Amino acid sequence: MATLHTRSAARLMIAPSVLLLLAWMIVPLAMTIYFSFLRYNLLMPGMEEFAGFTNYKYFLTDPAFFQAIFNTLAIVLGVLFITVVGGIALALLLDQPMFGQGIVRILVIAPFLIMPTVAALVWKNMFMNPVNGLFAWIAKLFGLQPFDFLANAPLMSVILIVAWQWLPFATLILLTALQSLDEEQKEAAQMDGAGAWSRFIYLVLPHLSRAITVVILIQTIFLLSVFAEILVTTNGGPGTQSTNLTFLVYAQALLQFDVGGASAGGIIAVILANIVAFFLMRMIGKTLEA
Amino acid sequence: MGSITLSKVSKVFGAHAVIPSIDLDINNGEFVVFVGPSGCGKSTLLRLIAGLEDVSDGDIVIDGKNATELPPAQRGLSMVFQSYALYPHMSVRSNIAFPLKMAGEDKAVIDKKVSDAARVLNLTDYLDRKPRQLSGGQRQRVAIGRAIVRQPKAFLFDEPLSNLDAALRVNMRLEISQLHQDLKTTMIYVTHDQVEAMTMADKIVVLNRGRIEQVGSPLDLYHKPDNLFVAGFIGSPRMNIVSGPAAAAYQAHTMGIRPEHLALSKDSGTWQGTVGVAEHLGSDTFLHVNVDGGVGTVTARVSGDFAVTHGDRVFLTPDPQRVHRFDEKGLAVR
Repeated sequence: MATLHTRSAARLMIAPSVLLLLAWMIVPLAMTIYFSFLRYNLLMPGMEEFAGFTNYKYFLTDPAFFQAIFNTLAIVLGVLFITVVGGIALALLLDQPMFGQGIVRILVIAPFLIMPTVAALVWKNMFMNPVNGLFAWIAKLFGLQPFDFLANAPLMSVILIVAWQWLPFATLILLTALQSLDEEQKEAAQMDGAGAWSRFIYLVLPHLSRAITVVILIQTIFLLSVFAEILVTTNGGPGTQSTNLTFLVYAQALLQFDVGGASAGGIIAVILANIVAFFLMRMIGKTLEA
Repeated sequence: MGSITLSKVSKVFGAHAVIPSIDLDINNGEFVVFVGPSGCGKSTLLRLIAGLEDVSDGDIVIDGKNATELPPAQRGLSMVFQSYALYPHMSVRSNIAFPLKMAGEDKAVIDKKVSDAARVLNLTDYLDRKPRQLSGGQRQRVAIGRAIVRQPKAFLFDEPLSNLDAALRVNMRLEISQLHQDLKTTMIYVTHDQVEAMTMADKIVVLNRGRIEQVGSPLDLYHKPDNLFVAGFIGSPRMNIVSGPAAAAYQAHTMGIRPEHLALSKDSGTWQGTVGVAEHLGSDTFLHVNVDGGVGTVTARVSGDFAVTHGDRVFLTPDPQRVHRFDEKGLAVR
């Protein structure tokens, strides 16, 4: 890209893909914005009319909206916390030389390969079911009353299921980062009198900081839009206790047939995601630079 | 203060004995260099002393106390690694302060010791930088700084100069020697470079396949090598090793003569040969001479103004006082 000529040639070459990507993004966005200003109900086809900001007003004043915002944040933060802490712990364990290391590593990675609906159903029916579930059986073994996870702690259950799915991802990234830690540095710290805990705090954690940021960044993107796990387990309920923003938009559009309101919700979700992304990028920019 | 004694120390990896059995005394304040070809076990020996590897058998005594089972931190030794092993996310200051912080020293004491070490090593201006912002030589000095703040009983150096370019290596060599003069602390230094060993050591330990070939001062090793291995390893360019009838003339199975102990002449001498390659260094010229009569290629050092070129016929005469004689087993005959 040295000369003016090659630079303009390069621009010309990448133009088609840029235009295609732009159209790919702009068209749905523009349509959603357009729908969000319409009174558009699937039960009343052909009666669309301009509604101004009414859709936004209704969506923002819906009590379920604030619950959904809270739930979205709870899922993102809860899963991030469990996966990062658990991922570091698992990575440290898997980094130890042990018998059957290869098999154990594959087993740890397995949950990531299971599709979300299946994973959620397995958890719902085989673990958390108050009658047939494994947890209920364990509780009964100790003479305790089985706990109905999905009815009494729906949000926590969803967080648990999603965290289980994402734990392998975090573990994998953190494990590779851990393995790139220079052996001589660990030995130097050992010579300097640092015990196992000090080595972890002063050497391992700073070394992992970059990998942790990557894990947080990638997971946040996906966790903001958790959907399948909620749909097959709690269906957003009881009430709206486990409804996040994605699920609320879905409910608005396909359960209440209100496309206009759902579009408004979608636009609000886009704005919120951008706010999150803004803070995230600032935070990550700092670590990745260092 | 810093005497280290190894008795019957051995290290076995699986079925392979890296170090069969070593006895060695290192006196307080000595600069000891472990030298040998790669894979001879010199780094392993250093790591055994440091405590980074467990000994398979034998005892390591540091300052009269058996340290064989002690963890590295409690042996009172500091180590400088080949890769320097600086902590990349910490500033130079924190790097140097780390061992003191781990020892739970007072903040004011740490600050004073760190600034003292920085002054000694000319690092004062770089204390707030990160290791990656430093040059190779500066990183090396930070690693040394981290080692000296603990005031250890002995320093261990594991090929510390091998990552530096040639000019810097000569500089750091001098600096480390100077440091040893100033601190008078025991230093154990591992290298495969016999020039480093010769220039820095009080005592050289030549290792080969996990065994000690010879221990002695640099000049001892140069003048009186115990065997063929030491004779060939110490000295640059290498000693010429000649066997057969030419050696028999000196009542030896194998004879050795250093390039600098061959007298060259264009008229007469013991051996006659053709000049192969001539390496001109300015002050000296190294001639690789193909000597007739089954002697083979011999390297000779002559002064820079001895004018011969490729293909010239020359005569070489070994200085009879300086001929090293070895028996069938490669041991020196004196």
